[in-house]
Amino acid sequence: MSVLRVEKAVYDSIRSHGEETYPHECCGALLGHNTAEGWSIEASVKAGNTRTDSAHNRYQIAPGELVKIEREARGQGLSIAGFYHSHPDHPAQWSQTDLAEAHWLGCSYVITAVAKGVAAQTNSFRLAGDTEENKRFELEQIEVHEPVSK
Amino acid sequence: MTIFIPTPLRAFAAGKDAVEVNAGTIAGALDELTQAYPDLRKHLFTSEGRVRAFVNIYLNDEDVRYLPAKDATAVSSSDTLSIIPSIAGGC
Repeated sequence: MSVLRVEKAVYDSIRSHGEETYPHECCGALLGHNTAEGWSIEASVKAGNTRTDSAHNRYQIAPGELVKIEREARGQGLSIAGFYHSHPDHPAQWSQTDLAEAHWLGCSYVITAVAKGVAAQTNSFRLAGDTEENKRFELEQIEVHEPVSK
Repeated sequence: MTIFIPTPLRAFAAGKDAVEVNAGTIAGALDELTQAYPDLRKHLFTSEGRVRAFVNIYLNDEDVRYLPAKDATAVSSSDTLSIIPSIAGGC
């Protein structure tokens, strides 16, 4: 099982983002480095949810916004490691919609259940496989840690 | 010009996050990219040679789909292409 290492401040930030946008889904990008065990997340970037037509159960990040996020990541020497979003009053489990719309192979998709406005379970799933035809989500362990001195 | 390779496609581009090409149009740049890294082709294009629906190509900060000349748009050495797979989902 791969391990997603994430700094505590970042972990808290993505969970509280879901509380801020409740009852709508929040979304954002995770920035970090890839390691043998899995991604090490150093930063998160909040993104806009363009699915204003159905924000309570759908999210989409505008590609143009991702161009800017990727540029920002390059400037910090980081890669886009994955994405996070929330499930308002719904389990922190990937849905068929999540899988159908997932195309960032090898990246981590973090989901937080937000129950009645309060962040509950947070899970991470790595998008395994090497094609659209064999892609699948695999549960990964989340390891929250204090910032590492640089 | 520089083509930025997104995280999920770097394994098919020898681990590179950016590739330099020397082409006159967007289509030419993508062709040069997939000539250099043939494993990228199936991830970027359908069997009919069209860009896959979930693959977004940006010339600098503009979506190529909405450029008047689309992928026939001329490019210069200072331009960049970004390949951005879509990100969406929901419960």
